[in-house]
Amino acid sequence: MNSEKTFKYLLLSSGVLMVLIALGIVITLFVGAIPSFKEFGLRFLFSSEWNPTEGKESYGALPFIIGTLVTSLLALLITFPFAFSISLFLGEYFKNGKLPSILRSIVDLLAGIPSVVYGLWGFYAIKPLVAELGLNAQGFGIFTSSIVLAIMIIPYASSLGAEVISMVPGSLKEAAYSLGATRFEVVKAVIIPNAGSGIFAGYILALGRAIGETMAVTMLIGNSNKIPGSIFDLGNTMASLIANQFGEAEGLKYTSLIEIGLLLFIITGIVNYIGKLIMKKLSA
Amino acid sequence: MKMNEQISNQKLKRRLLKDKLFTSGMIFFAFLSSLPLFLILYQLVVKGYRQLNINFLFEEAPDTMEAMMAIANEEIIPGGIANGIVGTLLIVGLASLIAIPLGVICGTYLSENAEHKFAGIVRFVVDLLQGVPSIVLGVIAYIWIVKPVTNGFSALAGSIALAIMMLPSVVRSTEETLKMIPGTLKEAALSLGVPYHKVILKVILPTGISGILTGIILGISRIAGETAPLMLTALGSTVINTNITEPSSAIPLLVWEFYNDPNLVNMIWSASLFLLLLILCLNLTAKAIARKWKVQY
Repeated sequence: MNSEKTFKYLLLSSGVLMVLIALGIVITLFVGAIPSFKEFGLRFLFSSEWNPTEGKESYGALPFIIGTLVTSLLALLITFPFAFSISLFLGEYFKNGKLPSILRSIVDLLAGIPSVVYGLWGFYAIKPLVAELGLNAQGFGIFTSSIVLAIMIIPYASSLGAEVISMVPGSLKEAAYSLGATRFEVVKAVIIPNAGSGIFAGYILALGRAIGETMAVTMLIGNSNKIPGSIFDLGNTMASLIANQFGEAEGLKYTSLIEIGLLLFIITGIVNYIGKLIMKKLSA
Repeated sequence: MKMNEQISNQKLKRRLLKDKLFTSGMIFFAFLSSLPLFLILYQLVVKGYRQLNINFLFEEAPDTMEAMMAIANEEIIPGGIANGIVGTLLIVGLASLIAIPLGVICGTYLSENAEHKFAGIVRFVVDLLQGVPSIVLGVIAYIWIVKPVTNGFSALAGSIALAIMMLPSVVRSTEETLKMIPGTLKEAALSLGVPYHKVILKVILPTGISGILTGIILGISRIAGETAPLMLTALGSTVINTNITEPSSAIPLLVWEFYNDPNLVNMIWSASLFLLLLILCLNLTAKAIARKWKVQY
């Protein structure tokens, strides 16, 4: 009997440990950010200055918050036609057979490529292309990062969509066909209204991915600490800023970077929570 | 009358044309998205295959001078990525050692107590952890380990960051797998008088082993290519290191170092190719296990 109880406690304690890890992360970030919060207060969120000069130190997160949101939303916009096409292809048009299973493997492989390799490819293949088109002098910048990010999140944006599209009841589609609807009209009038929120949830989760993505963006965005004026400008995301500057940071800069980490944690947490909430409503 | 027919005919034609355009557009976009994969593979193979030889696996990464000499003499850059391979094995191995037991036990807890209130909280927390950006985990491991425990960058700190990153996928795959095992199996064992912990260890977990293993391998493949958290924790090392309290290299870290050193830039392709092949093998293994050992009820 005794070992039975121990075993049950062992199971329970693993859950407790999980909660402790998460709490530990939140508390660590909060405590680490306190000195910066004391110094700058709410100004941290709205100041666009990032000045590490000694004596005149001043840090604000605004350029990086804007950079992160612009980069990831643009990536989502670019990824949309591709991800939606894949979802439809796998979920409705070609459900079984060789072709879809090949496409499915390709999408899986895209998800497996490490971020740093995407960054390399972006640097040697996409960056020169952007420069050649004259969009930007050197090819670095938000636009370049967004293109590579868009490719990286295709698997995340498309897989949930394919799943919900394949679950649209056949009777609804057949009813529309029997009224003489073409397939495109069925997609427009039956599939999108039925699977729309699920597809949307997939994009929200993909957005969460894009916001936290670090390496590829760090290698491509150009690392400028100013608020980007256009999508072809250089910039920095919260993640790329931490990757670039955390190593040698001390004092006020160090805690400011931790506060940026906290902000990043909160933003991705909220975005993912919204995505999960929509998914839960779907299955209920 | 005829006019009306013509108009409706034209309308029908337009609708059919729209349908065709949409279908071909969808197929075009769906397959266009696979183009990057082939472009990336092509670039890695064409530029990287020459460096891939036996030395590549067993020698440490060259320094800038060695590489410069080789480039000047138009030779292949000497050396390999042995320090990266050993580092990746060390860091990822230690991370797995932490994440697998904890993840499997936690997944078992969630599936066994599915309706509990606390299980709901744990599930929420696992979801939360799954979404934490890897760079933030790097910051966390830096604060938890690098500063107070190892007094400097260390493989251990990298392992902690990667372990937290791997945990959610192990927990989730364990939970999902165990949930699918029919309750009758457990009831049969219990009715024979088998103690609860033995039912779990000897009946439930072995039945779900394929799903659990698949989740574990996918988790490993997810962390094996991570660079960002290691930059803040394991840092990198030019020599082979097997001490977990010392800075250590890893294959993705080497790719990053080669990228930043103009003399070593030729090495990035082979190192990336190796990394990609490693992850590909892990993914294929996971798929094979999922297919071969699938338990049917």
